[in-house]
Amino acid sequence: MTAPALGKDLTGLEHMTPEQIRLILDTAEPFKEVSERPIKKVPALRGKTIVNLFFEASTRTRVSFEFAEKRLSADTVNVAATGSSVSKGETLVDTARNLEAMRIDMVVIRHPSSGAAEFLGDRIASNVINAGDGKHEHPTQALLDLLTIRDKHGRIEGLKVCLVGDVLHSRVARSNLWGLSKLGAEVAVCGPWTLMPRGIEELGVTVFGRIEEAIEWADVLNVLRLQLERMEKGFIPSLREYYRVFGVTPERLERSPKPITIMHPGPMNRGVEIDSRVADGPHSVILDQVTNGVAVRMAVLYLLAGGRAELADAAKRGSE
Amino acid sequence: MSTEIRTQILDARAMSRALQRMAVEIVELAHGTGDLVLIGIQRRGVELAERIAKLIEQQEGAPALIPRGALDITLYRDDLGTVGPNPVIGETHIPGDLTDKHAVIVDDVLYTGRTVRAALDELADFGRPKRISLCVLVDRGGRELPIQADIVGKSVKTGPGDRVDVQVEELDGRDQVDVIR
Repeated sequence: MTAPALGKDLTGLEHMTPEQIRLILDTAEPFKEVSERPIKKVPALRGKTIVNLFFEASTRTRVSFEFAEKRLSADTVNVAATGSSVSKGETLVDTARNLEAMRIDMVVIRHPSSGAAEFLGDRIASNVINAGDGKHEHPTQALLDLLTIRDKHGRIEGLKVCLVGDVLHSRVARSNLWGLSKLGAEVAVCGPWTLMPRGIEELGVTVFGRIEEAIEWADVLNVLRLQLERMEKGFIPSLREYYRVFGVTPERLERSPKPITIMHPGPMNRGVEIDSRVADGPHSVILDQVTNGVAVRMAVLYLLAGGRAELADAAKRGSE
Repeated sequence: MSTEIRTQILDARAMSRALQRMAVEIVELAHGTGDLVLIGIQRRGVELAERIAKLIEQQEGAPALIPRGALDITLYRDDLGTVGPNPVIGETHIPGDLTDKHAVIVDDVLYTGRTVRAALDELADFGRPKRISLCVLVDRGGRELPIQADIVGKSVKTGPGDRVDVQVEELDGRDQVDVIR
Protein backbone atom coordinates (compact mmCIF):
# COMPACT_ATOMS: atom_id res chain seq x y z
CA MET A 1 0.00 0.00 0.00
CA THR A 2 1.48 3.32 -1.01
CA ALA A 3 0.30 6.35 0.91
CA PRO A 4 -0.15 9.57 -1.04
CA ALA A 5 3.01 11.35 0.06
CA LEU A 6 3.17 14.97 1.13
CA GLY A 7 6.64 15.53 -0.27
CA LYS A 8 9.52 17.05 1.69
CA ASP A 9 8.02 20.35 2.84
CA LEU A 10 4.70 21.91 3.78
CA THR A 11 4.89 25.48 2.50
CA GLY A 12 1.27 26.18 1.58
CA LEU A 13 -2.05 24.73 0.53
CA GLU A 14 -2.06 26.35 -2.92
CA HIS A 15 -0.22 23.51 -4.60
CA MET A 16 -1.60 20.64 -2.55
CA THR A 17 -4.19 18.18 -3.82
CA PRO A 18 -7.53 17.65 -2.03
CA GLU A 19 -6.33 14.09 -1.27
CA GLN A 20 -3.21 15.37 0.48
CA ILE A 21 -5.28 17.79 2.55
CA ARG A 22 -7.73 15.04 3.51
CA LEU A 23 -4.82 12.75 4.41
CA ILE A 24 -3.58 15.32 6.93
CA LEU A 25 -7.08 15.84 8.40
CA ASP A 26 -7.68 12.08 8.67
CA THR A 27 -4.28 11.54 10.27
CA ALA A 28 -5.01 14.33 12.77
CA GLU A 29 -8.09 12.49 14.11
CA PRO A 30 -6.25 9.81 16.13
CA PHE A 31 -3.71 12.37 17.37
CA LYS A 32 -6.46 14.22 19.24
CA GLU A 33 -6.72 11.25 21.59
CA VAL A 34 -3.00 11.35 22.42
CA SER A 35 -3.45 14.76 24.07
CA GLU A 36 -6.21 13.30 26.29
CA ARG A 37 -4.00 10.50 27.69
CA PRO A 38 -2.59 10.53 31.21
CA ILE A 39 0.86 10.43 29.59
CA LYS A 40 0.52 12.78 26.63
CA LYS A 41 3.32 11.33 24.59
CA VAL A 42 3.96 8.72 21.93
CA PRO A 43 7.43 7.69 20.69
CA ALA A 44 6.75 8.13 16.96
CA LEU A 45 9.41 10.84 16.35
CA ARG A 46 11.91 9.72 18.96
CA GLY A 47 15.41 10.83 17.98
CA LYS A 48 14.24 13.47 15.48
CA THR A 49 15.52 16.98 16.07
CA ILE A 50 13.29 19.90 15.17
CA VAL A 51 14.19 23.60 15.15
CA ASN A 52 11.46 26.19 15.55
CA LEU A 53 12.84 29.20 13.75
CA PHE A 54 10.66 32.20 14.53
CA PHE A 55 11.52 35.53 12.95
CA GLU A 56 8.20 37.05 14.08
CA ALA A 57 6.40 37.21 17.38
CA SER A 58 4.10 34.27 18.03
CA THR A 59 2.75 32.57 21.12
CA ARG A 60 -0.07 30.33 19.99
CA THR A 61 1.52 28.90 16.87
CA ARG A 62 4.94 28.40 18.43
CA VAL A 63 3.58 26.77 21.57
CA SER A 64 1.23 24.62 19.51
CA PHE A 65 4.10 23.37 17.33
CA GLU A 66 6.24 22.79 20.38
CA PHE A 67 3.54 20.72 22.10
CA ALA A 68 2.99 18.75 18.90
CA GLU A 69 6.72 18.02 18.64
CA LYS A 70 7.10 17.06 22.28
CA ARG A 71 4.01 14.83 22.27
CA LEU A 72 5.63 12.93 19.40
CA SER A 73 8.88 12.63 21.43
CA ALA A 74 10.98 14.79 19.09
CA ASP A 75 13.78 16.92 20.51
CA THR A 76 13.13 20.61 19.95
CA VAL A 77 15.08 23.82 19.93
CA ASN A 78 13.56 27.29 19.66
CA VAL A 79 15.40 30.04 17.85
CA ALA A 80 13.97 33.55 17.86
CA ALA A 81 15.28 36.31 15.61
CA THR A 82 16.07 38.64 18.47
CA GLY A 83 18.97 37.50 20.60
CA SER A 84 20.31 35.18 17.89
CA SER A 85 22.90 35.53 15.15
CA VAL A 86 20.09 36.84 12.93
CA SER A 87 20.37 40.17 14.73
CA LYS A 88 24.05 40.18 13.76
CA GLY A 89 23.08 40.16 10.09
CA GLU A 90 23.33 36.48 9.22
CA THR A 91 21.22 35.48 6.23
CA LEU A 92 18.32 33.05 6.51
CA VAL A 93 20.11 30.38 4.49
CA ASP A 94 23.32 30.69 6.51
CA THR A 95 21.38 30.38 9.75
CA ALA A 96 19.60 27.28 8.49
CA ARG A 97 22.76 25.69 7.05
CA ASN A 98 24.52 26.15 10.36
CA LEU A 99 21.63 24.49 12.12
CA GLU A 100 21.73 21.67 9.59
CA ALA A 101 25.43 21.21 10.25
CA MET A 102 24.35 20.24 13.76
CA ARG A 103 22.29 17.44 12.18
CA ILE A 104 18.70 18.50 12.52
CA ASP A 105 15.75 16.82 10.77
CA MET A 106 13.09 19.50 10.45
CA VAL A 107 12.66 23.26 10.53
CA VAL A 108 9.44 25.04 11.42
CA ILE A 109 9.76 28.58 10.16
CA ARG A 110 7.83 31.80 10.65
CA HIS A 111 9.14 34.75 8.68
CA PRO A 112 7.90 38.25 7.73
CA SER A 113 8.76 37.72 4.04
CA SER A 114 6.32 35.95 1.72
CA GLY A 115 7.93 32.87 0.20
CA ALA A 116 10.57 32.46 2.94
CA ALA A 117 9.56 28.87 3.75
CA GLU A 118 9.71 27.69 0.16
CA PHE A 119 12.99 29.53 -0.38
CA LEU A 120 14.48 27.73 2.60
CA GLY A 121 12.99 24.36 1.67
CA ASP A 122 14.67 24.53 -1.74
CA ARG A 123 18.06 25.09 -0.13
CA ILE A 124 18.28 22.66 2.77
CA ALA A 125 17.75 18.92 3.01
CA SER A 126 15.67 19.01 6.20
CA ASN A 127 11.88 19.05 6.04
CA VAL A 128 10.53 22.61 6.19
CA ILE A 129 7.14 23.52 7.61
CA ASN A 130 5.72 26.99 7.05
CA ALA A 131 4.36 28.52 10.25
CA GLY A 132 3.41 31.74 8.46
CA ASP A 133 5.37 33.65 5.82
CA GLY A 134 4.55 37.32 5.27
CA LYS A 135 1.21 37.75 3.52
CA HIS A 136 1.58 34.44 1.69
CA GLU A 137 0.32 31.40 3.63
CA HIS A 138 -0.17 29.91 7.07
CA PRO A 139 -1.04 26.34 6.06
CA THR A 140 -1.31 24.67 9.48
CA GLN A 141 -3.76 27.37 10.63
CA ALA A 142 -5.99 26.67 7.63
CA LEU A 143 -5.72 22.91 8.23
CA LEU A 144 -6.83 23.28 11.83
CA ASP A 145 -9.68 25.53 10.68
CA LEU A 146 -10.73 22.83 8.20
CA LEU A 147 -10.56 20.14 10.88
CA THR A 148 -12.66 22.27 13.25
CA ILE A 149 -15.29 22.91 10.58
CA ARG A 150 -15.39 19.19 9.73
CA ASP A 151 -15.78 18.28 13.42
CA LYS A 152 -18.63 20.73 13.90
CA HIS A 153 -20.57 20.14 10.69
CA GLY A 154 -19.46 16.63 9.72
CA ARG A 155 -18.38 17.83 6.29
CA ILE A 156 -16.75 20.69 4.42
CA GLU A 157 -18.17 20.18 0.96
CA GLY A 158 -21.12 22.42 0.26
CA LEU A 159 -20.76 24.52 3.41
CA LYS A 160 -20.85 28.30 3.11
CA VAL A 161 -17.83 29.81 4.82
CA CYS A 162 -17.22 33.56 4.97
CA LEU A 163 -13.89 35.13 5.94
CA VAL A 164 -14.53 38.47 7.62
CA GLY A 165 -12.16 41.39 7.93
CA ASP A 166 -8.64 42.05 6.73
CA VAL A 167 -8.43 39.57 3.87
CA LEU A 168 -5.88 41.69 2.01
CA HIS A 169 -3.06 41.30 4.53
CA SER A 170 -4.02 37.89 5.90
CA ARG A 171 -2.00 34.75 5.22
CA VAL A 172 -4.61 32.88 7.24
CA ALA A 173 -7.27 34.03 4.77
CA ARG A 174 -5.14 33.02 1.80
CA SER A 175 -4.50 29.50 3.09
CA ASN A 176 -8.16 29.15 4.07
CA LEU A 177 -9.31 30.19 0.60
CA TRP A 178 -7.16 27.48 -0.98
CA GLY A 179 -8.08 24.78 1.49
CA LEU A 180 -11.81 25.48 1.58
CA SER A 181 -12.20 25.69 -2.17
CA LYS A 182 -10.15 22.51 -2.75
CA LEU A 183 -12.43 20.63 -0.36
CA GLY A 184 -15.56 21.93 -2.05
CA ALA A 185 -16.82 24.62 0.33
CA GLU A 186 -18.49 27.78 -0.98
CA VAL A 187 -16.27 30.66 0.03
CA ALA A 188 -17.06 34.33 0.55
CA VAL A 189 -15.21 37.30 2.01
CA CYS A 190 -16.59 40.35 3.78
CA GLY A 191 -14.92 43.56 4.89
CA PRO A 192 -14.12 47.13 3.94
CA TRP A 193 -13.18 47.57 0.28
CA THR A 194 -9.77 48.85 1.32
CA LEU A 195 -9.00 45.45 2.88
CA MET A 196 -10.25 43.25 0.00
CA PRO A 197 -7.68 41.96 -2.48
CA ARG A 198 -8.31 43.19 -6.00
CA GLY A 199 -9.76 40.66 -8.42
CA ILE A 200 -10.72 38.17 -5.72
CA GLU A 201 -14.11 37.61 -7.42
CA GLU A 202 -12.25 36.03 -10.30
CA LEU A 203 -11.29 33.15 -7.99
CA GLY A 204 -14.98 32.31 -7.64
CA VAL A 205 -15.22 33.95 -4.24
CA THR A 206 -18.35 35.94 -3.35
CA VAL A 207 -17.67 39.40 -1.93
CA PHE A 208 -20.02 40.98 0.61
CA GLY A 209 -19.68 44.66 1.38
CA ARG A 210 -22.01 44.44 4.38
CA ILE A 211 -21.65 42.09 7.34
CA GLU A 212 -25.45 41.66 7.45
CA GLU A 213 -25.40 40.07 4.00
CA ALA A 214 -22.58 37.73 5.01
CA ILE A 215 -24.46 36.63 8.14
CA GLU A 216 -27.59 35.91 6.13
CA TRP A 217 -25.61 33.74 3.71
CA ALA A 218 -23.07 31.88 5.85
CA ASP A 219 -22.94 28.62 7.82
CA VAL A 220 -19.53 29.55 9.22
CA LEU A 221 -17.91 32.93 9.89
CA ASN A 222 -14.14 32.94 10.23
CA VAL A 223 -13.47 36.35 11.77
CA LEU A 224 -9.93 37.52 11.03
CA ARG A 225 -7.87 39.62 13.36
CA LEU A 226 -7.85 43.31 12.50
CA GLN A 227 -4.17 44.11 12.58
CA LEU A 228 -4.16 47.37 14.48
CA GLU A 229 -1.29 48.86 12.54
CA ARG A 230 -3.65 48.95 9.54
CA MET A 231 -5.53 51.82 11.10
CA GLU A 232 -2.46 54.00 11.23
CA LYS A 233 -1.87 53.30 7.55
CA GLY A 234 -5.36 54.57 6.71
CA PHE A 235 -7.09 51.34 5.67
CA ILE A 236 -9.89 51.99 8.18
CA PRO A 237 -11.00 55.27 9.80
CA SER A 238 -11.18 54.11 13.43
CA LEU A 239 -11.57 50.96 15.51
CA ARG A 240 -14.92 52.17 16.78
CA GLU A 241 -16.23 52.71 13.34
CA TYR A 242 -14.94 49.30 12.27
CA TYR A 243 -16.81 47.66 15.15
CA ARG A 244 -19.96 49.62 14.32
CA VAL A 245 -19.94 48.61 10.65
CA PHE A 246 -18.24 45.18 10.59
CA GLY A 247 -18.19 43.96 14.19
CA VAL A 248 -19.72 40.48 14.66
CA THR A 249 -22.29 41.09 17.39
CA PRO A 250 -25.09 38.97 18.92
CA GLU A 251 -27.65 41.47 17.62
CA ARG A 252 -26.48 40.90 14.06
CA LEU A 253 -26.27 37.13 14.44
CA GLU A 254 -29.81 36.99 15.82
CA ARG A 255 -31.13 38.03 12.42
CA SER A 256 -29.84 34.81 10.88
CA PRO A 257 -32.40 32.01 10.58
CA LYS A 258 -29.78 29.38 11.56
CA PRO A 259 -26.98 29.23 14.14
CA ILE A 260 -23.67 30.29 12.65
CA THR A 261 -20.41 28.69 13.69
CA ILE A 262 -17.96 31.36 14.83
CA MET A 263 -14.21 30.99 14.31
CA HIS A 264 -11.24 33.26 14.94
CA PRO A 265 -7.55 32.46 14.43
CA GLY A 266 -6.51 34.67 17.36
CA PRO A 267 -5.34 36.77 18.99
CA MET A 268 -8.74 38.44 19.25
CA ASN A 269 -9.42 42.15 19.50
CA ARG A 270 -12.56 41.89 21.60
CA GLY A 271 -14.92 44.74 20.84
CA VAL A 272 -13.30 45.43 17.48
CA GLU A 273 -13.83 42.63 14.95
CA ILE A 274 -15.75 40.41 17.37
CA ASP A 275 -18.02 41.05 20.34
CA SER A 276 -17.12 39.20 23.55
CA ARG A 277 -20.61 37.73 23.80
CA VAL A 278 -20.06 36.12 20.39
CA ALA A 279 -16.51 34.98 21.07
CA ASP A 280 -17.62 33.26 24.28
CA GLY A 281 -21.04 32.26 22.95
CA PRO A 282 -22.52 28.81 22.37
CA HIS A 283 -21.63 28.66 18.66
CA SER A 284 -18.03 29.73 19.08
CA VAL A 285 -15.45 27.02 18.29
CA ILE A 286 -12.48 29.32 18.87
CA LEU A 287 -10.95 27.19 21.62
CA ASP A 288 -11.64 23.98 19.67
CA GLN A 289 -9.49 25.52 16.94
CA VAL A 290 -6.64 25.83 19.42
CA THR A 291 -7.05 22.23 20.60
CA ASN A 292 -7.19 20.96 17.03
CA GLY A 293 -4.07 22.95 16.19
CA VAL A 294 -1.89 20.57 18.18
CA ALA A 295 -3.43 17.48 16.53
CA VAL A 296 -3.07 18.89 13.01
CA ARG A 297 0.56 19.85 13.62
CA MET A 298 1.28 16.39 15.02
CA ALA A 299 -0.18 14.90 11.84
CA VAL A 300 1.93 17.15 9.60
CA LEU A 301 5.13 16.41 11.53
CA TYR A 302 4.41 12.68 11.55
CA LEU A 303 3.62 12.47 7.83
CA LEU A 304 6.61 14.57 6.78
CA ALA A 305 9.00 12.69 9.08
CA GLY A 306 8.21 9.34 7.50
CA GLY A 307 7.30 10.46 4.04
CA ARG A 308 10.70 11.12 2.52
CA ALA A 309 11.00 9.96 -1.04
CA GLU A 310 14.32 8.17 -0.56
CA LEU A 311 12.71 5.93 2.06
CA ALA A 312 9.77 4.93 -0.08
CA ASP A 313 11.39 1.79 -1.51
CA ALA A 314 12.17 0.55 1.99
CA ALA A 315 8.44 0.04 2.40
CA LYS A 316 8.77 -3.39 0.81
CA ARG A 317 9.19 -5.02 4.20
CA GLY A 318 5.45 -5.02 4.63
CA SER A 319 3.51 -4.29 7.74
CA GLU A 320 4.03 -7.26 10.03
CA MET B 1 3.67 -13.76 -10.65
CA SER B 2 3.86 -17.12 -8.89
CA THR B 3 0.64 -18.87 -8.01
CA GLU B 4 -0.49 -18.59 -4.42
CA ILE B 5 -1.60 -21.65 -2.51
CA ARG B 6 -4.29 -20.91 0.02
CA THR B 7 -4.83 -23.48 2.77
CA GLN B 8 -7.66 -23.11 5.21
CA ILE B 9 -6.60 -23.75 8.80
CA LEU B 10 -9.78 -22.63 10.58
CA ASP B 11 -13.31 -22.52 9.24
CA ALA B 12 -16.16 -20.66 10.94
CA ARG B 13 -17.05 -23.54 13.29
CA ALA B 14 -13.45 -24.24 14.27
CA MET B 15 -12.87 -20.54 14.88
CA SER B 16 -15.98 -20.36 17.05
CA ARG B 17 -14.76 -23.35 19.12
CA ALA B 18 -11.30 -21.82 19.45
CA LEU B 19 -12.72 -18.50 20.69
CA GLN B 20 -14.98 -20.35 23.13
CA ARG B 21 -11.99 -22.21 24.57
CA MET B 22 -9.88 -19.01 24.70
CA ALA B 23 -12.68 -17.30 26.67
CA VAL B 24 -12.66 -20.13 29.23
CA GLU B 25 -8.86 -20.07 29.48
CA ILE B 26 -8.80 -16.31 30.03
CA VAL B 27 -11.17 -16.61 33.01
CA GLU B 28 -9.05 -19.45 34.44
CA LEU B 29 -5.83 -17.48 33.96
CA ALA B 30 -7.31 -14.38 35.62
CA HIS B 31 -8.96 -16.33 38.45
CA GLY B 32 -12.35 -14.86 37.61
CA THR B 33 -13.36 -11.66 35.90
CA GLY B 34 -12.99 -9.09 38.71
CA ASP B 35 -9.92 -7.21 37.44
CA LEU B 36 -10.08 -8.34 33.84
CA VAL B 37 -9.71 -5.87 30.95
CA LEU B 38 -9.51 -7.02 27.33
CA ILE B 39 -7.46 -4.86 24.97
CA GLY B 40 -7.79 -5.58 21.25
CA ILE B 41 -5.06 -4.53 18.84
CA GLN B 42 -6.31 -2.70 15.77
CA ARG B 43 -7.73 -3.92 13.45
CA ARG B 44 -8.92 -7.49 13.86
CA GLY B 45 -7.78 -7.86 17.45
CA VAL B 46 -10.48 -5.36 18.42
CA GLU B 47 -13.24 -7.51 16.90
CA LEU B 48 -11.84 -10.66 18.48
CA ALA B 49 -11.61 -9.00 21.91
CA GLU B 50 -15.23 -7.90 21.60
CA ARG B 51 -16.31 -11.45 20.76
CA ILE B 52 -14.30 -13.03 23.55
CA ALA B 53 -15.68 -10.48 26.03
CA LYS B 54 -19.23 -11.41 25.00
CA LEU B 55 -18.47 -15.12 25.37
CA ILE B 56 -17.06 -14.55 28.86
CA GLU B 57 -20.14 -12.52 29.79
CA GLN B 58 -22.37 -15.36 28.59
CA GLN B 59 -20.52 -18.10 30.40
CA GLU B 60 -20.10 -16.11 33.63
CA GLY B 61 -23.69 -14.82 33.78
CA ALA B 62 -25.25 -11.38 33.94
CA PRO B 63 -23.25 -9.25 36.41
CA ALA B 64 -19.86 -9.75 34.77
CA LEU B 65 -19.45 -6.91 32.25
CA ILE B 66 -15.94 -7.12 30.87
CA PRO B 67 -14.31 -3.75 30.13
CA ARG B 68 -12.70 -3.72 26.69
CA GLY B 69 -10.46 -1.31 24.90
CA ALA B 70 -8.73 -0.83 21.58
CA LEU B 71 -5.09 -0.12 20.95
CA ASP B 72 -3.45 1.20 17.81
CA ILE B 73 0.30 0.67 18.06
CA THR B 74 1.28 2.60 14.91
CA LEU B 75 2.87 5.45 16.88
CA TYR B 76 4.91 2.99 18.95
CA ARG B 77 6.39 1.08 16.03
CA ASP B 78 10.18 0.90 15.80
CA ASP B 79 10.28 1.12 12.02
CA LEU B 80 8.81 4.51 11.01
CA GLY B 81 12.13 5.34 9.38
CA THR B 82 12.15 2.25 7.18
CA VAL B 83 8.55 1.60 6.21
CA GLY B 84 7.25 5.16 6.19
CA PRO B 85 4.15 6.35 7.98
CA ASN B 86 0.96 4.40 8.08
CA PRO B 87 -1.63 7.10 7.50
CA VAL B 88 -4.48 4.90 8.62
CA ILE B 89 -4.14 5.15 12.37
CA GLY B 90 -7.01 3.48 14.18
CA GLU B 91 -8.72 4.49 17.36
CA THR B 92 -7.05 3.96 20.73
CA HIS B 93 -9.49 3.68 23.59
CA ILE B 94 -8.54 2.41 27.04
CA PRO B 95 -11.39 1.91 29.54
CA GLY B 96 -10.17 3.75 32.64
CA ASP B 97 -6.89 3.46 34.51
CA LEU B 98 -5.18 0.09 34.03
CA THR B 99 -3.36 0.20 37.36
CA ASP B 100 -3.89 -3.06 39.30
CA LYS B 101 -5.94 -4.59 36.47
CA HIS B 102 -5.25 -7.81 34.64
CA ALA B 103 -4.95 -6.65 31.04
CA VAL B 104 -5.25 -9.26 28.30
CA ILE B 105 -3.92 -8.17 24.92
CA VAL B 106 -5.92 -9.79 22.12
CA ASP B 107 -4.58 -9.98 18.57
CA ASP B 108 -5.31 -12.04 15.50
CA VAL B 109 -1.80 -13.23 14.58
CA LEU B 110 1.41 -13.48 16.60
CA TYR B 111 4.48 -13.47 14.36
CA THR B 112 7.69 -11.48 15.00
CA GLY B 113 6.46 -10.16 18.35
CA ARG B 114 7.21 -6.55 17.40
CA THR B 115 3.56 -5.52 17.49
CA VAL B 116 3.25 -6.96 21.00
CA ARG B 117 6.45 -5.19 22.08
CA ALA B 118 4.94 -1.90 20.89
CA ALA B 119 1.63 -2.71 22.61
CA LEU B 120 3.44 -3.37 25.92
CA ASP B 121 5.19 -0.01 25.66
CA GLU B 122 1.95 1.75 24.87
CA LEU B 123 -0.01 0.07 27.69
CA ALA B 124 2.65 1.14 30.17
CA ASP B 125 1.70 4.74 29.36
CA PHE B 126 -1.86 4.08 30.55
CA GLY B 127 -1.00 2.86 34.05
CA ARG B 128 0.63 -0.12 35.74
CA PRO B 129 -1.44 -3.28 35.32
CA LYS B 130 -0.73 -5.97 37.91
CA ARG B 131 -0.42 -8.40 35.04
CA ILE B 132 -0.48 -8.33 31.25
CA SER B 133 -1.28 -11.51 29.31
CA LEU B 134 -1.26 -12.21 25.61
CA CYS B 135 -4.05 -14.02 23.79
CA VAL B 136 -3.85 -14.67 20.03
CA LEU B 137 -6.04 -16.51 17.58
CA VAL B 138 -3.10 -17.76 15.51
CA ASP B 139 0.53 -18.26 16.54
CA ARG B 140 2.53 -18.63 13.33
CA GLY B 141 6.02 -18.81 14.89
CA GLY B 142 8.92 -16.72 13.56
CA ARG B 143 9.58 -14.65 16.65
CA GLU B 144 12.25 -11.93 16.54
CA LEU B 145 11.77 -10.97 20.20
CA PRO B 146 11.48 -13.02 23.41
CA ILE B 147 7.68 -12.87 23.54
CA GLN B 148 5.24 -15.76 24.00
CA ALA B 149 1.46 -15.97 24.05
CA ASP B 150 -0.37 -17.18 27.17
CA ILE B 151 -3.39 -18.36 25.24
CA VAL B 152 -3.38 -19.55 21.62
CA GLY B 153 -6.34 -20.48 19.42
CA LYS B 154 -4.31 -22.32 16.79
CA SER B 155 -0.59 -22.85 16.24
CA VAL B 156 0.74 -23.23 12.73
CA LYS B 157 4.23 -23.47 11.26
CA THR B 158 4.88 -20.91 8.53
CA GLY B 159 7.84 -19.55 6.60
CA PRO B 160 8.87 -15.92 6.23
CA GLY B 161 7.25 -15.61 2.79
CA ASP B 162 3.89 -16.97 3.91
CA ARG B 163 0.91 -14.88 4.91
CA VAL B 164 -1.77 -15.65 7.45
CA ASP B 165 -5.11 -14.21 6.37
CA VAL B 166 -7.59 -13.82 9.22
CA GLN B 167 -11.13 -12.88 8.23
CA VAL B 168 -13.80 -11.96 10.72
CA GLU B 169 -17.52 -11.67 10.12
CA GLU B 170 -17.72 -8.02 11.29
CA LEU B 171 -15.17 -6.73 8.77
CA ASP B 172 -14.88 -9.39 6.09
CA GLY B 173 -18.31 -11.00 6.05
CA ARG B 174 -17.12 -14.42 7.23
CA ASP B 175 -15.03 -16.19 9.83
CA GLN B 176 -12.06 -18.00 8.33
CA VAL B 177 -8.29 -18.29 8.67
CA ASP B 178 -6.09 -19.23 5.72
CA VAL B 179 -2.37 -19.64 5.25
CA ILE B 180 -1.19 -18.35 1.88
CA ARG B 181 2.04 -19.82 0.57
